[in-house]
Amino acid sequence: MDALIPFPHRQSAHCESGVTSNLLLFHNIACSEALAFGIGEGLFFGYLPFIKINKLPLTTFRCSVGSIFGKVTKRLGVTVGRQKFRSQAKAMAALDEKLDQGIPVGCQTGAYWLPYFPPAFRFHFNMHNLVVIGRDKDEYLISDPVFEDVVRCRRDDLQRARFAQGSLAPKGAMYYLESVPTSPDMAAAVRQGLAAVSKTMLRTPVPFLGTRGIGFLADRLEKWPKKLGEEQALLYLGQLIRMQEEIGTGGGGFRFMYAAFLQEAAELTGIAPLGSLSERMTLVGDTWRRFAVSGARLCKGRAKAGDSYGELAGILRECAQAERGIYADILQLLH
Amino acid sequence: MIGDYGHEVCYAVNSNGKYTLSPSLGWEAKNVVNDQAWALIAVETERAYRSVKNGELSPIAYHQARHQMDIGLLASYVNMARWRVIRHRKPAVFRRLPERILQKYAMVFGVSIAELQTVPEAFSPESLRHR
Repeated sequence: MDALIPFPHRQSAHCESGVTSNLLLFHNIACSEALAFGIGEGLFFGYLPFIKINKLPLTTFRCSVGSIFGKVTKRLGVTVGRQKFRSQAKAMAALDEKLDQGIPVGCQTGAYWLPYFPPAFRFHFNMHNLVVIGRDKDEYLISDPVFEDVVRCRRDDLQRARFAQGSLAPKGAMYYLESVPTSPDMAAAVRQGLAAVSKTMLRTPVPFLGTRGIGFLADRLEKWPKKLGEEQALLYLGQLIRMQEEIGTGGGGFRFMYAAFLQEAAELTGIAPLGSLSERMTLVGDTWRRFAVSGARLCKGRAKAGDSYGELAGILRECAQAERGIYADILQLLH
Repeated sequence: MIGDYGHEVCYAVNSNGKYTLSPSLGWEAKNVVNDQAWALIAVETERAYRSVKNGELSPIAYHQARHQMDIGLLASYVNMARWRVIRHRKPAVFRRLPERILQKYAMVFGVSIAELQTVPEAFSPESLRHR
């Protein structure tokens, strides 16, 4: 073994919030994944039909890559080092250097090139975060938060993953914590996170983001079969459900994770009513799941009564309505 | 599915109403849409495979589809302009490519030059998931 940092690996539902939470714990700050997700303003919605991924429109349930880590560290007063590279050799050398200094390093990677990923999830997806915690000859030891245990990855595979191409190419991006305050003000950070998410979800200037975006998606989705034909409509629907449920969202398009955050937020800030908002958010998560179940039956060609695009749009509007209420109440509680 | 590789974790409420992270083996809806995505990749790879067999496209088209790449993505991996990749997909052009260029494609697809120049005897969708 050339280097192994004693790193507290904990499995989490989503990669970036998990990486952030584990890196903080390494520096003795207890911040759960859900808390990191909430403080980091992870929750979002956007339906962007003009951006296509594999010829299918982009739907996102979270903020842009790197922003959870960026916002959490900023709000907790942690200073971080970040680097991107043009040269692959330099990127690997910089990683080795940090490891030799005993610093765990977060990396943005393309999941497609990571051999330890289950084949079923190997898609070109460049927003996968992990922490490199050690080196053993030709292999790296990696704390990949969506996996149960520490995994191993060959040097050339990791290099490839760090320089994956395509949309949001990581360009070898790596990051690490430099200095950490002894007792950061968690409650204040939680308040900032809550206010920011509620504002972006309620007050977007454009119709395809936030809760308006959910309604916009509902309107579009209703017209898919007519506009695209049955076959293509099913592909659009399948893609949407994948974005919502695929590995890393913690279920229900992050809504359950956010409900967990609200529960912790109630304790940390002493604003007890946030606890009941958590319950309401759980119900919203359930509604999103109902959407996924019904939609998946359509995709499989086993539609039951009530599984139609019209009904699906109705479920989405329910989600939008319920979420609007929650965010408005959060803003009111913070006043 | 994911169960063969350990489990992932999800957020769920326990009997005290507290949120905890608990193991999940995936669920039906998710598996359905994952299968759908793979079925689509299989269809596109098979289409490319036929075109190569019929002599309409070079084997690059097959390897490209198999790796879920569109022309733009492949072009950025081999660090060439799109029009060159499009040209290299023509069998006549492909046959005359120097080893230097072939090597670039072989590297990206993780195959030897000999493998790059051919496609398998038969196409099976199962082969896609086991790279």
